[in-house]
Amino acid sequence: MTSEKGLMRKIIASKRMQSFLRDPSGIVGGIILFAFFFAALFAPYLAPTDPYDLTTVDLANFLLEPSWMDQGVSAFPLGTDDQGRGILSTILYGLRTSLIVSVSVVTISSIVGIILGMLGAYYGGILDAFIMRTADTVFSFSTTLLAVLLLGVFESRGLFTVIIAICIADWVKYARTIRGSVLEIKEFPYVTAARSSGAGDFRILFRHILPNALPPIFVLMAVDMAVVIMLEATLSFLGVGVPLTEPSLGMMIAIGKNYIYAGMWWMVVFPGITLIGMVVGINLFADWLREELNPKL
Amino acid sequence: MTTYLAKRLIQGVIVLILVSMVCFAMFRFTGDPVVMLAGKDATYEEREQIRVAYGLDRPVYAQYFSFLKGAMQGDFGRSYVSQIDALDTILERFPATFELAVTAMCISFVLGVGLGVIVSISPNGVISRMIMAGSLVGISIPTFLIGILLVMFFSVYLNIMPSFGRGDTVQIGFWRTGLLTLSGWQHILLPALTLSGYQLAVLIRLTRAGMRETLSEEYIKTAWAKGLSPAKVILKHALRNVMIPVVTIAGLSFGELIAFSIVTETIFQWPGMGNLLLTSIFETDQPIIVTYIMLAAFIILSINILVDLLYALLNPRIRYD
Repeated sequence: MTSEKGLMRKIIASKRMQSFLRDPSGIVGGIILFAFFFAALFAPYLAPTDPYDLTTVDLANFLLEPSWMDQGVSAFPLGTDDQGRGILSTILYGLRTSLIVSVSVVTISSIVGIILGMLGAYYGGILDAFIMRTADTVFSFSTTLLAVLLLGVFESRGLFTVIIAICIADWVKYARTIRGSVLEIKEFPYVTAARSSGAGDFRILFRHILPNALPPIFVLMAVDMAVVIMLEATLSFLGVGVPLTEPSLGMMIAIGKNYIYAGMWWMVVFPGITLIGMVVGINLFADWLREELNPKL
Repeated sequence: MTTYLAKRLIQGVIVLILVSMVCFAMFRFTGDPVVMLAGKDATYEEREQIRVAYGLDRPVYAQYFSFLKGAMQGDFGRSYVSQIDALDTILERFPATFELAVTAMCISFVLGVGLGVIVSISPNGVISRMIMAGSLVGISIPTFLIGILLVMFFSVYLNIMPSFGRGDTVQIGFWRTGLLTLSGWQHILLPALTLSGYQLAVLIRLTRAGMRETLSEEYIKTAWAKGLSPAKVILKHALRNVMIPVVTIAGLSFGELIAFSIVTETIFQWPGMGNLLLTSIFETDQPIIVTYIMLAAFIILSINILVDLLYALLNPRIRYD
């Protein structure tokens, strides 16, 4: 029985793997995603210079062109910004911020959203009404607006504050999605069977209902990663996101914006391409995942 | 219908009251308003005078009720920075934001639905594939980057478009409009395109999905069989039904539109509410921030209720009882 089960699992896994390899958008997205995670993880080894180590940053290197242009220097392949920091190195460190924020936000808000949505759908009544009305209100404000307003009000600035502010606005999507699934699943005969065999609420929720409600959540998590990466960049661009001491793609673009009229395009274009590439990669991967899991989103 | 409307209105009021409580708490407990009002160099006596003059020595609930009373009469206090009435300051900026948002919505609606229909008519054509690829890129570029790239191309590289401000405006009563001058139209084009970008991509995808579903319905086959012209089948029979979810989503994403107007206004130095909000955040000008939040909540809730009513109007099958 166990070996049969294991074999089945293997077949499913290999089928999934095959469809992954057959679908060009899935594989392109997967490769892009892997490359960005790799670059972020090994940023200290890959970056030619450390843009946040004040002993190595030299103000004399400010506003250098990319190395293939006339004024370029080979030590800074993509040029430098107004503080003499290498664009390539800052992008690599900025990727870390993007990925730390998006992975943390997706993890925290999916857990919070799943638990609240599940409890609301399962128990119903006032609890459900309260959670869903709150969710509706948060939803109509939109994640972006709420995050900007919260960060405008918060006294302290930092990576942690940004993560919390986005989470407060973001859990709603998960709660709404899981609620729909749970409402449907809890009426299935097998749940009634589990209950009549004496299983407690906790066991029914987490062992019987949750696993079947997860596929749409996985797709949502993938899409949400891209959304949160863009949101963090937007917040940092506006100046309410991560503090000046942290590298961020959004802030790089905000600084670069001051120099576009002087024809210094590289401070905007390279971080911009990185941002778009990362988001496109995640969206392609999410498209593949959606086709594969085929949940009704 | 009336009961439903009444229920929604009561819900809306409750939400507004909750928002006002959050705003008040923020107003009262982040930073000391007395220091804000009196200035950092004020003596102890001066501070006590301010405390009594502004009623800050009373219990918290009494302060909340007077805040609520003021808010209902449109009195949110004065800006810490300019000492001008907070609501007046924001309402003065309202026309600029409103014109920008409406222009952006028109662009995204006309282009989004139009392109979505084109894509659904010939899903495998070269043009359709290009449009769909474009919409994938569209949802993958954050609004602020669209704006900067537009500025770089049209204002810096081609040098044919202005990149900041509203241009010449005309004052009509309390409303200052930029839509009556040529320079006003030139100035609104890039910001409006920027703001419409995200919604445009979403609307293309939504229209395409809806059209694909509707075009395979029986009544569309009947319409074709009757020998109606393609324009009549597609525009009159199919598109009408597709519009229902499109209008709903467009209306419900109004909060998103307000959020992205903050971003757009910052890039283009557009003298609207969003730009004011961001400046106020940096200056910790709390009365302005609070007023902005309350006004945004009011607008968003009203639009949501309107969309619900419109939904019933567009689709007679829906009755809220």
